[in-house]
Amino acid sequence: MTFSQDRFAAAARELGLSPFPVPSANMSRAYVNPLGLQLAPCTYCGFCEKHGCGNYSKSSPQTTIIPVLMQRPNFALRTNSEVLSIDKAPDGSRASGVTYIDANGDSFFQPAEVVVLCAYPLENTRLLLLSQIGEPYDPQSGEGVVGKNYCYQVMSSATVFYDEEFTNGFVGAGALGMVIDDYNGDNFDHSGLGFIGGGYIACHTTNARPIESHPVPDNVPSWGSRWKKAVRENFLKTTSVGVHGSSMAHRSNYLDLDPTYTDAHGRPLLRMTYDFTLNDRRLTQHLTPVAEQIANGMGGREVKVNIRRGSYDSVPYQTTHNTGGTIMGADPKSSVVNRYCQSWDLPNLFVAGAGLFPQNAGYNPTGTVGALAYWSVDAIINQYLRQPGPLVQP
Amino acid sequence: MRPLSPTLISMAALALIGSATLTPGSSQAQELSYSQVERGRYLTVAGDCQACHTDLENDGVPFAGGRGLGTPFGTIFSSNLTPDDETGIGRWTRDDFYRALNEGVDRDGNHLYPAMPYPYFTLMTRDDTDAIFSYLRTLDPVTTEVPENELPFPLSVRRSVWGWKLLFFDDQEFVSDPNASDAWNRGRYLVDGPMHCGGCHTGKNALGADDSDEYLRGGVLENWYAPNIRGGESGGIADWTQDDIVEFLRDGRSRHTAPMQRMGEVVAISTQHLHQEDLEAVATYLKSLDDEPREGQSEPDAARVEVGEAIYFDNCAACHASDRSGVPYLFASLGTSNKVLAEDPSTAIRIILGGARAQPTEAVPSVLAMPPFDWKLSDDQIADLMTYLRHSGDRNAGPVSASQVSEMREYLAGEH
Repeated sequence: MTFSQDRFAAAARELGLSPFPVPSANMSRAYVNPLGLQLAPCTYCGFCEKHGCGNYSKSSPQTTIIPVLMQRPNFALRTNSEVLSIDKAPDGSRASGVTYIDANGDSFFQPAEVVVLCAYPLENTRLLLLSQIGEPYDPQSGEGVVGKNYCYQVMSSATVFYDEEFTNGFVGAGALGMVIDDYNGDNFDHSGLGFIGGGYIACHTTNARPIESHPVPDNVPSWGSRWKKAVRENFLKTTSVGVHGSSMAHRSNYLDLDPTYTDAHGRPLLRMTYDFTLNDRRLTQHLTPVAEQIANGMGGREVKVNIRRGSYDSVPYQTTHNTGGTIMGADPKSSVVNRYCQSWDLPNLFVAGAGLFPQNAGYNPTGTVGALAYWSVDAIINQYLRQPGPLVQP
Repeated sequence: MRPLSPTLISMAALALIGSATLTPGSSQAQELSYSQVERGRYLTVAGDCQACHTDLENDGVPFAGGRGLGTPFGTIFSSNLTPDDETGIGRWTRDDFYRALNEGVDRDGNHLYPAMPYPYFTLMTRDDTDAIFSYLRTLDPVTTEVPENELPFPLSVRRSVWGWKLLFFDDQEFVSDPNASDAWNRGRYLVDGPMHCGGCHTGKNALGADDSDEYLRGGVLENWYAPNIRGGESGGIADWTQDDIVEFLRDGRSRHTAPMQRMGEVVAISTQHLHQEDLEAVATYLKSLDDEPREGQSEPDAARVEVGEAIYFDNCAACHASDRSGVPYLFASLGTSNKVLAEDPSTAIRIILGGARAQPTEAVPSVLAMPPFDWKLSDDQIADLMTYLRHSGDRNAGPVSASQVSEMREYLAGEH
């Protein structure tokens, strides 16, 4: 932890809250995982979030599992390839494999006994729609399932500016942070608040990359010499308290195929229909002042509050925490996959990723995504392969 | 410092060449016991035969030959060790095979180029060469067209090898030292015989033969400097414990460094598969070899050391730590590195310029890589950086000049 986290923790405790270190898959010291793969201590370069880790310090597949798979004779990885569709057997009872295209533009059919769809929530949804697997969601009737329950997040923050103290935000890690969970889920009394859910409030030191990151206080123009001066004065002396709010599914928020736009292969793009809901707005109105209060207690010269206002806009980057679209559930009428992440329609098709989440809790999804993948793979190995077929009878 | 120009042979490798005129005949069926074949397989692994006798660059069939080995004298292609009658050793007898390893002549009496490391294999017992032969006979026969060697006259004439052998080769068998432990004797047998460590790690004379004064004190192969692997107080691996050596050979990692490139191949194909007691024997033997203390080098220019330190801090310290101690088992400790501190800094310069990859093994499958810095650091900067690194505490390995770096840069540019 660094100066910023120390200040955050002290300010949070002062308010009677319970700060703790952010759980992280970032190495602070050398580590060998159960597969014998080595991870190295983080060098705090601060490029984690949008970049692969060149230092083996971030847990991602190329450091934690792919090298082991590469040693297996029955493993093949097709790089620079894109799956165009999941193909069905002539009687429509099962997936026969996938069609993919390589960098030369040649397409291939890859037959498969089991297909596991793990192309990120948005592309998973799109591939199901393009492959005509499952009933597309219809927001008018509420019928259909593929593309349903798309959720995102509602983010806000309070930036603290110091005069003397250096926060050195460029010395960052992926999850170098302190957090409070007092306002997440059902951890607080919602009486009279008019919303459900909540979010975590955290102070991370991460991703303060040059050019991309240049926080300046209020009343500074957004360009020109005064702006440059403000960037110079503040770059090393700011930190931020962020609210990472949950997002509940709403009938009008969903994913479907775009009627107009297509990709390079002529396939429809995915269309996202989304806006913040009343629940989201009440949630952020309630939590942002808590973040501001903590920020005010961190001893800076001034605090700038960044409230979530207006409609959803895809331009300011929020997070990569998209969920829903291929949700799991107990009933094929309301979900895409069963509790083992197995398609209700094609029993040899399994789906991974945060698209399985029916709602987006106030947390980063990765841990749950990993847990569900293990859960599903366990079911494939120990149940499905012994007796291929639906693991849950609808 | 040795020049980078190719004055030294690269013997770690290959080539039972030729056999131009095979007469049809006595392909013999012999009784093979499992234990004999298994022992042969193990010795074949220890000898790393597969590395040179497989066209690895083109995904060749193991042991089917055809890999080109660049020697300072020209390219020599390895022969086919599978029991194919026409292109392999299908018609060879145990005696033929023993003669090849022990005397360096093929079935027709042609001299083998010493790129095939028979100057080491000559120490192997007849039992061991018979076992290897038994194992090779169990491989599926593969027909391969091995390219003609690319050697200039007069080396292209096999009789030229006769003269070389007269000067530099004695066929001999290993003699145990009765005063030393079994482990030490076993280690020495493995190091000097099947594992032929000296092929890379012993300096060579102008005609590519081992220089006995340079025994395991480091040598150059294809512009890689294979470091000094003597132990004792003053050897290149004086800082290594026996366990460090065993871990390095077995897991492809140690506290100090990891095998890369050429040695990585040896660990991948050979040493990671050897028995623990054999690796311990090798370690016992290497640790017993002391070395002459290195002559003191002149103090480097303080300004260059200062510049080198700044370059180190900006470019290297994130992984290798600001005190050069690295991260055990992950990033090499540069303060004690026998590559950085070697008389010949070629390997360290080469890694800075071109990057390197730590060998993944069955025990440690991670693929750790160091990125190249050729695009980022100039010859002068790398020379200053190396000068700083080689001036470490009480060890002073001497400065590195920009021309040494530029020679290597040119060599690497020519490789691609």
